[in-house]
Formats: sequence, structure tokens, C-alpha cells
Amino acid sequence: MKKFTLLDGLVVPLDRANVDTDAIIPKQFLKSIKRSGFGVNAFDEWRYLDHGEPGMDSTQRVINPDFVLNQTRYQGAQILLARENFGCGSSREHAPWALEDYGFRVIIAPSFADIFFNNCFKNGLLPIRLSAAQVDVLFKAVNAQSGYKLRVDLEQQTISTPDGTSYKFEVDAFRKHCLLNGLDDIGLTLQHVADIKTFESKRHAAQPWL
Amino acid sequence: MMTAQTLYDKLWNSHLVRQEADGTALLYIDRHLVHEVTSPQAFEGIKLAGRKLWRTASILAVADHNVPTTGRAQGIADPIARLQVETLDSNCAEFGVNEFKMADVRQGIVHVVGPEQGATLPGMTVVCGDSHTSTHGAFAALAFGIGTSEVEHVMATQCLLMKKSKAMQVLVEGRLGFGVTAKDIALAVIGKIGTAGGTGYAIEFAGSSIRALSMEGRMTLCNMAIEAGARAGMVAADDTTINYLQGRPFAPQAEMWQQAVAYWRTLHSDDGAVFDSVITLDAAKIRPQVTWGTSPEMVVAVDGCVPDPAKMTDAVQREGAQRALQYMGLQANTPICDIQIDKVFIGSCTNARIEDMRAAAAIAKGKKVAANVKLAMVVPGSGLVKKQAEDEGLDKIFIAAGFEWRDPGCSMCLAMNDDRLSPGERCASTSNRNFEGRQGQGGRTHLVSPEMAAAAAIAGHFVDVSKL
Ligand code: SF4
Repeated sequence: MKKFTLLDGLVVPLDRANVDTDAIIPKQFLKSIKRSGFGVNAFDEWRYLDHGEPGMDSTQRVINPDFVLNQTRYQGAQILLARENFGCGSSREHAPWALEDYGFRVIIAPSFADIFFNNCFKNGLLPIRLSAAQVDVLFKAVNAQSGYKLRVDLEQQTISTPDGTSYKFEVDAFRKHCLLNGLDDIGLTLQHVADIKTFESKRHAAQPWL
Repeated sequence: MMTAQTLYDKLWNSHLVRQEADGTALLYIDRHLVHEVTSPQAFEGIKLAGRKLWRTASILAVADHNVPTTGRAQGIADPIARLQVETLDSNCAEFGVNEFKMADVRQGIVHVVGPEQGATLPGMTVVCGDSHTSTHGAFAALAFGIGTSEVEHVMATQCLLMKKSKAMQVLVEGRLGFGVTAKDIALAVIGKIGTAGGTGYAIEFAGSSIRALSMEGRMTLCNMAIEAGARAGMVAADDTTINYLQGRPFAPQAEMWQQAVAYWRTLHSDDGAVFDSVITLDAAKIRPQVTWGTSPEMVVAVDGCVPDPAKMTDAVQREGAQRALQYMGLQANTPICDIQIDKVFIGSCTNARIEDMRAAAAIAKGKKVAANVKLAMVVPGSGLVKKQAEDEGLDKIFIAAGFEWRDPGCSMCLAMNDDRLSPGERCASTSNRNFEGRQGQGGRTHLVSPEMAAAAAIAGHFVDVSKL
């Protein structure tokens, strides 16, 4: 997994609540058996005016000029600012794959759906919860100032704004450790093989029908 | 004295392998269900790392999302979808995983197949790379959806890294009115707490109304726990659970059965167990529900009207409602029963079990699908549901009324195969998500019960089934 330590990133504001994983990556792209290449189809139905299918040449597609990600000032954004319940719906990990492949490393919202939130950490994406009021302030600031960037420091668990304000955020110690060091969960769990085996044999003795 | 435990506490504690200082736990997984969409990258990861499957027998695989619901003999026409199903077949063959292939009568939607086979048992942890894994909680199991990295993690270690959620009890007391179903309870709960109301919680559904539900009804309810934001939904084990499981292929037999049943009877929340949050609903007040927007929380009773965003005080909510009405092509204050529909979909892991087929057939019997309805389709949840329905003559009732009777799969629940809405088409659907584009780009979905969907097909618009 890709490490995450410190990021100075351009912010794009996606001013909608309940953005679901179907919207982040529509189902037709889930037919792929690969993990990469989903970035061009992130938010496909909002980003393009024509209907997207796997394998289409994205440079030939009809861009939706009104969609925020398509605006010139937000090109190269690495931080996505969103509203409540981001990533709800389907468990598809294709959603964080698409966001990461597009270039995002951080998503800031007042709340996230549980499965999506988990999936982000497996893919070097950092989802950050701030209060609705703090998110609101950030939306206003991004809209007001072109080229608005934030500094995200995972070690310190802070987000700093250009005007010097700093917001503290929460992150699980274990997840932080994995993300800072780019560690693979499976490798870590396999350090506990003995514990798993002991548990398993006790369980089978107690519940032999399993 | 032991402190009183919730059902969730019991299930969690009995699967805890170890715990880190920050509360991150290693949880043992008993049953792993696998389908074609979220598994190829996991199998690939296992192969690339040169790892083995920890316990192959814990896995049951079935293709459901991409399979066609007609003309199966010709195979899958879409080459990309075909490759994905073939990849599942070859991965299962290579690793020795038990798979129900497309031609197998046991094939169907993974969340219909698992319980039907007795592969989901009380006291288990059940995972699947699919958010509606919450369905299996109906059996007093701890069941939740996971991402593909976690699918790979469970394959390689038989465990999952996670933190314990908070516990919520949704208490529904009293008798449901005529024509009101588990689906209506689910939508009413979501209407009440919102699609993020259950985020961070595991929900236990309890109360006299829940105990009175069949296993099919409980599965419908737990299925939609995820639409309320909760990763897991669950119901305590009782006679209904045990009777349902007896004699199923994967369920224990003979002496082992007795031993299992004795344990299963302990799978309920103790008297005095404390929940972090309790929500109560009066069953008698729940009316048949219809969603009007693009999120399951945008729901009203069938005798209500499309709400008016102008009357909403919260700005984010108001904008969401305005956008939803625009997408749905609806005017504020329109009576729900005045909304005309173009298509009807009866199916999905929410409502494609035998009881759902019977309920829809009872409404359709001797009637005809309305002229303005272009397509009304019934897609059973598994080959065995289909067979049972045919043995009962339900297929004939549907066909005589003008419904299409299809082969099992996810179908128009998410429209990965050819079953989909065209832009602007309006559908009464028994599935679980009404997101933009879910049933086809530009398609408009109204979530309802099977009874409500069948009645809408006959009338050509929504009708109140409690008044039929
Ligand atoms: S029926 Fe729909 S919700 Fe259920 S597993 Fe299939 S696609 Fe997902």
C-alpha cells in the first residue's frame, strides 16, 4: 500500500450529501477484473454528458462543463471536500480505487459510510471527519479563493488552511500506523497465525457443526 | 454476576481472536460468501503473494450480478461480463472452492442462496464482498459487507481487522396492518433515522412485530439495515429461525443438530442488556411505503404526497430534495397514487424469496398488467425459488397477467446485465436502492414491497394495497 505522511493539496468542493458509491463509479465499470484504471470513470455520470461504457476512449467523450471536477481551477486536485454520509451504498472497493486513481489522497466530510471508510485505508486514501460547521467553513473558503490548498499532516493529525487555521482530526492508532508506513494488513495479521490457529481449534471443538 | 449482554456482544465476543490497544480487533470469520464482481482482484492478490486460502471449506461462491435472466443456454453475450463470470469459475476451480455455476439449480443471488442452503447459521460471522451481507443477520449471525481488500484478507487469514460498533435496538411492537410488510418496516425505519442514522452501529431488530415475521421478512429487514447506514442488522434466534434451518443441506444433522439448537437458543439479547441507542416504532402506524427521491430515506406513506422542498428548513436537505425531484421528474405535493409508472421490477436480494413471489402473485392473480406499463418482470432470487414457485403455479399466474418470468440473478436491481431502465423511465421496484442511475442511467426508481409493485403493475400507477 502507498504510504501517506504529509500532503499539500489542491481542494475540490463536491457540494452534495449522500454521495453514493454507484455515483463514484457506476456499475458498468465493475465488470473489470483489474484494480486499476478506474480514475477516468470516477463520477462518470456527472462528469460526462454521454453514456460511458468500459473501454471507451475518454478523450472522445462529451464533458459536462457544469460538473465541479471539470472546472479548470480544480484540475490536479488531491483533496475532495464533501458533505454528510459520503460513500454510502454498495461496498464496491472500486470506489476508492477510482478516487485514488483519479489522483485523490484525502477526502474530507462530516461523515462517511462505514464500509467505504474502511476501504479507503486499504488503498492509501485518507478519509477525514471534521464537524459539519468546519466543513462548511472550508466550502466557503474553497469557493472564495482559486487555487485553495490545504496541508494535511497525518503524523500530527492536523489540517492547516492558508490563513493559518489548524484543525485537529481523529484517526485510529492502528490505521494511522499502517498508512504512515504503507503496511499491508494481511502481512500484519499473519504475524498472529498461532493465535488464529488456537482460536480456530477451540471453536471447532465447541461448535463441531461449523 | 455476568453483565447482561446484547446479541451483538455475544456474537462479537465469541469471535474475538485478539485485540490491539486501540480496540482494533482480529475477528474470526466462519462463512465467506463470494461473487464474481468483488472477488477477482482478491484472488489475484492471493496468487501474486503466493498465499493459500486459509479455510477453503468456509467459502461458497456463486455468480449473480452479471448473469443474464433470459436465454441462459446461449451463455453471456457481453464479453466483459462473461470474462468476469469465467474468472470466478476458473478461480474456484483452481482453489477448490465450492461454486454453484450458472446452470446449477442452486445458483441465484448470493444473499438468497446462503440462507436457502443453510450455509448461514445462527452464531456465525458471515462476510461477503457485498454490502447487503447484512441480510444474513436475520439468523442471529453477525454478518456484514466488506471490500475487496478485506475479501482477500479473509481468504488468506480467516479473520478480519475491525473495531466494534455501537449497538442500536430497533424495537417494533404491535401488529402490522393489512398489506404492510417487512419492506415497509425497513423503509419506515430509514425514513425515521435517515440513511446515515445507523452509521457506526450494529442494529438489532426486536419486538413483537419482528418475532411475528417469517425468516423471509426478517431477511428483507436486515437486508436494508445497510440502507440505514448500519453495516450489520440482526434478529435473535427463535423457533422460526430453527424451523427454517432444519433439513437444509449445509445445516447440521441428527445429534449435531440438537447440540447446535441448544446453543442457538442462547443467541438473543439478555434482559437488561444496554444499547447505545434505542428506536421504537408502532407497527400499527406503519403504512405501505413508497420512495419519491434518490435516497432510501426519501420515503413517504402511499397515501401521502411528494414533499415540498420549499418547506424544508435545513439547507443541505432542501438542496438534496430539489435535486432529487428534478432527477425523478416529480412536482412537489403530487399525491403518490397519481404517479404513473413505466416498468416494474420484482426481485433482488431484498424481495425475491418464495414468500415475496407468493405475495406478488396473490395480487396479480386474474388481473392484467396495465397498458402503460412497458415491462413488468419477476426475477426469482434463486433457481430453487424459481422451481418452488413453478411447482406452486405462480409462474402461470404472472405470465397470464402479462409479467415476464425470468431466470435468477441481481438483474435490474443494479442493471449490470441487459435488464435496465432507459433514461427517464419510472420503475416500481422491490429492490433496495433508488440512487441516481442505479437501475440504468437516467432511470427513476421507487422502492416498494412486492405487493405494492404488483399492484402498481396492474393499475399503471401506485395504489394503496392496504385498501385493496
Ligand atoms: S440483488 Fe441487488 S443489492 Fe442484492 S446483491 Fe444483487 S445487486 Fe446487490
